[in-house]
Amino acid sequence: MNAEVRAMKTAAEQALSAAFAAACDTLPGKGAVAALREDAFKRFDAKGLPHRRVEEWKYTDLRALMREAKPLAGPAGAKPKGDIEPVLTGVDANHTAIVNGRYEPAWSDFKDNDPGVSIVELFKFLADEPGYRLGETPGSGDPAHWLNTAFMSGGVALRVKRGAAPAKPIHIAHVFSGDAGAAMYPRVVVIVEPGAQLTLIESFSGPEGIDYQVNSALELVIGDGARVDHIKVGCDGGAALRVSTLGVAVGAKANYKNFAFTVGGAVVRNQTFVRFGGEGSEGAIDGASLLKGRQHVDNTLVISHAVGHCMSRERFKSVLDGESHGIFQGKIIVEPHAQKTDGKMMTRALLLSDEAEADNKPELEIFADDVVCGHGATAGALDEGLRFYLMSRGIPAKEAEALLVQAFIGEVVEEIAHEGVRDALMFAALKWLGSR
Amino acid sequence: MPAVQETVEHVRSIDVDQYKYGFVTDIESEKAPKGLSEDTVRFISAKKNEPEWMLAWRLEAYKRWLTMREPTWARVDYPKIDYQNAYYYSAPKRNVLASLDEVDPEILRTYEKLGIPLREQEILAGVVKPEGERRVAVDAVFDSVSVATTFKAELKKAGVIFMPMSEAIREHPELVRKYLGSVVPVTDNFFATLNSAVFSDGSFVYVPPGVRCPMELSTYFRINEANTGQFERTLIIADKGAYVSYLEGCTAPMRDENQLHAAVVELVTLDDAEIKYSTVQNWYPGDADGKGGIFNFVTKRGDCRGARSKISWTQVETGSAITWKYPSCILRGDNSRGEFYSIAISNGRQQVDSGTKMLHLGKNTTSRIISKGIAAGKSDNTYRGLVSAHRKATGARNFTNCDSLLIGDRCGAHTVPYIEAKNSSAVFEHEATTSKISEDMLFYCRQRGMSAEEATALVVNGFVKDVLQQLPMEFAVEAQKLISISLEGSVG
Repeated sequence: MNAEVRAMKTAAEQALSAAFAAACDTLPGKGAVAALREDAFKRFDAKGLPHRRVEEWKYTDLRALMREAKPLAGPAGAKPKGDIEPVLTGVDANHTAIVNGRYEPAWSDFKDNDPGVSIVELFKFLADEPGYRLGETPGSGDPAHWLNTAFMSGGVALRVKRGAAPAKPIHIAHVFSGDAGAAMYPRVVVIVEPGAQLTLIESFSGPEGIDYQVNSALELVIGDGARVDHIKVGCDGGAALRVSTLGVAVGAKANYKNFAFTVGGAVVRNQTFVRFGGEGSEGAIDGASLLKGRQHVDNTLVISHAVGHCMSRERFKSVLDGESHGIFQGKIIVEPHAQKTDGKMMTRALLLSDEAEADNKPELEIFADDVVCGHGATAGALDEGLRFYLMSRGIPAKEAEALLVQAFIGEVVEEIAHEGVRDALMFAALKWLGSR
Repeated sequence: MPAVQETVEHVRSIDVDQYKYGFVTDIESEKAPKGLSEDTVRFISAKKNEPEWMLAWRLEAYKRWLTMREPTWARVDYPKIDYQNAYYYSAPKRNVLASLDEVDPEILRTYEKLGIPLREQEILAGVVKPEGERRVAVDAVFDSVSVATTFKAELKKAGVIFMPMSEAIREHPELVRKYLGSVVPVTDNFFATLNSAVFSDGSFVYVPPGVRCPMELSTYFRINEANTGQFERTLIIADKGAYVSYLEGCTAPMRDENQLHAAVVELVTLDDAEIKYSTVQNWYPGDADGKGGIFNFVTKRGDCRGARSKISWTQVETGSAITWKYPSCILRGDNSRGEFYSIAISNGRQQVDSGTKMLHLGKNTTSRIISKGIAAGKSDNTYRGLVSAHRKATGARNFTNCDSLLIGDRCGAHTVPYIEAKNSSAVFEHEATTSKISEDMLFYCRQRGMSAEEATALVVNGFVKDVLQQLPMEFAVEAQKLISISLEGSVG
């Protein structure tokens, strides 16, 4: 009676099956990689696109939101003039471009030649280092991740060697350059060796009005005592559908900070899986989303404390205008014996319109008795009292609202350590407010 | 901070192996043939002398149930239930009673052992009792039928209808037809639909407009027979401006096999009415190895249909092998209010997945959720709750606070709240904080010469009282006995 009945395949699922059958021989990587693809697709095919009955995807029903599966994106073409990611103009960084799902050295702008940093094409890396097992970071049991593994078309592997500390941030830009809807499946591996430090910027962008699809995955391995500052900038075109899976394995006494900034895209899901595997580490996973129109943005987090004595902090803020839909799902898991874990999660949604919707689901799953864990969630409109105060000081309503929203978002944006990135994102937020 | 000794001992004392209501009453009973089929449904309906419309209603539910699948989303794990290997109707023999005296003395003794004051008509008969003592009208449900309802006459004087559901179907069909299934539709969920098909009894309460029910109403549920399921159905209607407080208690004998309890409770409040519903659930939880115990799959829902109406749920959950229970409030009327106060304790191998739903539909509706979960042994204790504001629910307001405490390192405590705001004027606050006791408070108590343990116990007592004080007096005592537990160093 409880047997799972597989629903009829949707058009998108049928298209994915056909695409995989057609492309599996031509996709890069042979041997182990091909076997990995085959296995991942088989798993995906058995379950299909995640839908609202799949608890983790309750609020982002891909079956309904992803009506069709686009064909695989073609070659990148020539690099257009100007910065690869306009939002980050002025940020002094080394840029690596992944265009239409493939590494494009011609689009990249890697100025420094730091011996502590190596960056190579993904499949070359996998061939050179058979010891690295792809897909071992957390989050690999997710259907969207299976789809990425099945179709991954390219990407890079970035390694920061033991004790190295590159002076500038490393920017990995995911760009879609086609002029018709297509799909890209980039995969990135980042290994930060023990004691190393890295500021990593990941960005997603593409043209307005084209309904391209992105299913990206990044696996990040952080060695003992390493520090990683990770900033994720989502500036996709207004018709884009993007699902990004981030799997992070944190070693002992390490420090990991993540900030996810989302303004673009029609449907966006950032899913982040962090696992603390060594004692004495700290993590801060923050995010801010500014949404309008009919945007649908889902930030899903799973933080698992496999060992004790680690601390994690999660702070997410979303500003929802128009008919937008903001979702936050956060789960803190404290595994048995992970004593002295300290985990706190806070999520706040600010609703600027009556048509907007905010769904929050902060979860705790605790199996150890000597821990400090908590979460808080709020949803509400702008404080009328504050607005009135500003207006009584002669500030027009619109500006007063902008100021309040800026302060609301500022609380998390200010946490970004890199000054240039912080200013760039605050500027992007102001621009968003100006366009309201 | 690990739990203090006192807490640990208290929890141990309510340990599953020491379940004191685990005796069996040896009485003759009459059962429906084993298994579930259209015939079983017809059998139950015929037993109850039900009118044709009721039978049709049941059969409709049964047909629907056949097409449904058991829900799997809860965080509970139990062996597959064989719905054909159970009795759906069991009644103590000779159940047509004119008065309490005709009730099988064995049953009365059972209730006496349970401490249920069935004999309260003594008060009516003029037996000397102190002036102003609170009285409780009791409806006792033994396996599938209601065996005794006390205080009927006095309630009748006030216009309050309090009777077994089976009688209400015959005597007040207009009320039953109007409200039955209007809060929990026949097709609501797997267990509710099953209940709609085979429910045998339960309580029916109707409080007419403007009446404040003169006493607490209470139902005591007892599963006695082996292999039976209890499917009670309770319907409480508070008409305009009425008030009623209702208490519910449950126990069952210790048996090795699991027994099913799938109840449905529907509450309706019209304009300005209020219902206070309290439960002390102490079904047999199974032994320390998880053998036996009641599967408690209950659908409880209140509908604040009228403006300014209020529904308040209070529950103390200590029993059952599996608890799957989400007392909810539909806040339909403008300015209506829903409340949920819960203490859930799990021990042994118990699994609790409980919480509430607050659906804000009307304007300026408010709700409040206070939940305390305590997990010990190898149990799992989950709070699962939904708070949602509909597009038109302007001014909706919710406050949620859930705390949980783990005693030992082989149990789990989980929190799964869903917070859905579809209206910008909705203000939702949710917190699941660590209830580590404030150092200041401890210091203050220590300074007055208390030991650390005493100080902790004192502060913590205040902490649980949030929920305990919501219980009516009679239950508060029972509940306190069940859980005089101190909570500290807990996790959210």
